[in-house]
Amino acid sequence: MIDVENVTKTFTLHNQGGAVIPVMQGASLRVAPGECVALTGASGAGKSTLMRMVYGNYLAASGAIRVGGLDVATAEPREILALRRRTLGYVSQFLRVVPRVPTLEVVMEPCLATGMDRAAAEERARGLLARLRIPERLWSLSPLTFSGGEQQRVNIARGFAHEYPALLLDEPTASLDPANRETVLEMIAEAKAGGAAILGIFHDAEARARVCDREIDVGAFAAAA
Amino acid sequence: MSATSADFAPSPDGGRAGEGGSATPLLRVEALTKRYGPRIGCADVSFDLWPGEVLGIVGESGSGKTTLLNCVSGHLDPDEGRVLYDTRASGVQDVRLMSEPERRMLMRTDWAFVHQNARDGLRMTVSAGANVGERLMGVGARHYGRIRGQALDWLGKVEIAAERIDDRPAAFSGGMQQRLQIARNLVTGPRLVFMDEPTGGLDVSVQARLLDLIRGLVRELGLSAVIVTHDLAVVRLLADRLMVMKGGHVVETGLTDQVLDDPQHAYTQLLVSSVLQV
Amino acid sequence: MTAEAYNFAYLDEQTKRMIRRALLKAVAIPGYQVPFASREMPMPYGWGTGGVQVTAACLTPDDTLKVIDQGADDTTNAVSIRKFFERTAGVETTEETEEATVIQTRHRIPEKPLTEDQILVYQVPIPEPLRFLEPREVETRRMHALAEYGLMHVKLYEDISQHGHIATTYAYPVLVEDRYVMDPSPIPKFDNPKLSNSPALQLFGAGREQRIYAIPPYTQVVSLDFEDHPFDPGQWDEDCALCGASDTYLDEVITDDRGGRMFVCSDTAHCRARRAAGHVGAMGAPYEEAEA
Repeated sequence: MIDVENVTKTFTLHNQGGAVIPVMQGASLRVAPGECVALTGASGAGKSTLMRMVYGNYLAASGAIRVGGLDVATAEPREILALRRRTLGYVSQFLRVVPRVPTLEVVMEPCLATGMDRAAAEERARGLLARLRIPERLWSLSPLTFSGGEQQRVNIARGFAHEYPALLLDEPTASLDPANRETVLEMIAEAKAGGAAILGIFHDAEARARVCDREIDVGAFAAAA
Repeated sequence: MSATSADFAPSPDGGRAGEGGSATPLLRVEALTKRYGPRIGCADVSFDLWPGEVLGIVGESGSGKTTLLNCVSGHLDPDEGRVLYDTRASGVQDVRLMSEPERRMLMRTDWAFVHQNARDGLRMTVSAGANVGERLMGVGARHYGRIRGQALDWLGKVEIAAERIDDRPAAFSGGMQQRLQIARNLVTGPRLVFMDEPTGGLDVSVQARLLDLIRGLVRELGLSAVIVTHDLAVVRLLADRLMVMKGGHVVETGLTDQVLDDPQHAYTQLLVSSVLQV
Repeated sequence: MTAEAYNFAYLDEQTKRMIRRALLKAVAIPGYQVPFASREMPMPYGWGTGGVQVTAACLTPDDTLKVIDQGADDTTNAVSIRKFFERTAGVETTEETEEATVIQTRHRIPEKPLTEDQILVYQVPIPEPLRFLEPREVETRRMHALAEYGLMHVKLYEDISQHGHIATTYAYPVLVEDRYVMDPSPIPKFDNPKLSNSPALQLFGAGREQRIYAIPPYTQVVSLDFEDHPFDPGQWDEDCALCGASDTYLDEVITDDRGGRMFVCSDTAHCRARRAAGHVGAMGAPYEEAEA
């Protein structure tokens, strides 16, 4: 489902004398449907960089990144947008939303974007918010007013609203209390059972051990500086 | 280890644009060039805009972004290039070669233009209701009650109280004027909206409300849009795709979050790194 | 300087030719505003310089001229223009509508139906009906060229939204022969129906604005309106106090400082003719007696 092949990444800092910083080379990995793979490595090893490249947020300098058959490294923006809408989900560490938009709308949005009708999308969003223990009285408020943990749970609800065949998780259990952490791990397990290919970063070793089938040390892809 | 420190997350729209189905772009701009004497307005600009897609054009003052917008939207005649639009009635047409009545009809029905200064896009001497109704009357609506009904409906959509329908826009705040301008433009159900700095000159809190409104309308109505702005926060929230201009040339294009988070061109890197972090 | 020192009807022949060319073009394109090189006339703008030039270009020595202002033959403006042509053209003048071959008017159409042998010349202050909402002349001309007339209805919409009905009572815009929107000069909307399908030739002259336009005989002229607010020419609860007419345009006349008032025909010639025929209104005396 996710197939990274010999990917290279460099950053060129034009405003600092055109310094070229190679950060990754020969990155290759493969995540099959129903599999959860953890990226490991020291801070700064390039875990997030690799995830961002898979999502199309960073440009790969060379190599191929196929997700559901589309090579993200060379695809047109609108192809990537379509991929993100239907196939590839991403739960980042931080919630970024438009001010004023109510929590329920924020969570419904990925479903609506796929053409799901409003009633069904709302039902799904309600279920997820309830499961993640966001009090119902908060659903009509913008999540920007919430605590960090609540924001993270809204973010997870949003990321799981549509059942993406491929999912990228960046520290999904960080800053969660034990009960909610447990719920999120259940949700990941369910997504796996549903056939999703999951690539994630988990600093929480116990969580990693519970949901991940394999670990890949990104340090192996470090570019020779 | 990354070039930018800005954290990234998928835009709230999750990228709804470019949904399959349609085989042709709604708008295709080919090698558009506009000169002001020896000076270049914009040079050799090409892009496609697909149904439901929002394209952001960013750059500093004088980068040619407004010239480009005016050339594409028919307000300026470019020196070279083509502007191809997939019309409802007769398929893809070069807008520059259309007859003037056809082009003007297109501009007031299937296209919309939201000016930075609402005063440029509104009739300040007639009521809000008449401002919204004008485009309807322009395409032949002759039933006062229905025109007024539609005006009320649109005022509601842009969050203007119904009792303000007979007030003149001069009595409105800047944010309300801008929302009225949007209602006036969208009442005929256009498919393509051009916006020139739609949040320029507004208070930050008013900007957020307007952005949310535009985002909702674009999504709900499946609009395609070309938005010119120098405000990167605006494009991050609204645009699926980004075009960065400098000195009349396009220096970088790509997915909005990719261009902002992993800019490739020196100028884009400067632009992104110049934004104050809040 | 004596009257004989002037060319017939004041204007020189080349100027009259130029105006006639404009008139021919205006007749050929009903409702279209034709630019013309308006001359300085020996009267101030606003006193009918456009109408006077059109009349001068139309008059022949055999014509009989009638001049009315607000329907009356005896107001200052009407009297001075009539005198002007008596002196400079030496033509016959009349107050009787049916005797006139050329009628110059300000703000009215005579009550008596016109004939194919008559020309009605209107004095026009502002020929551009779109100017109220679009001050740019270049833009209004383009709107006429492309028949983009939505803006005209914006004005009517504003009327209804503010007054509950179309409150425009004079200079009420019309669509001529399904093509050009035209300002019929400040005639009351009561007269609008008479514009349409008239046997007479109707010419409009705007001196300050240098425009001439025309409605040829038997041309369809439709007053603009909304489906749910149709055009209404209006009517009075009263009849003419002098002649008792119930189908004419009435002027309100204040008769004292205690609220006394009467309504009388604005068309003085028509009213006099009715009284001569024996019609008597509520406040009118029998005709012979009044003349005595």
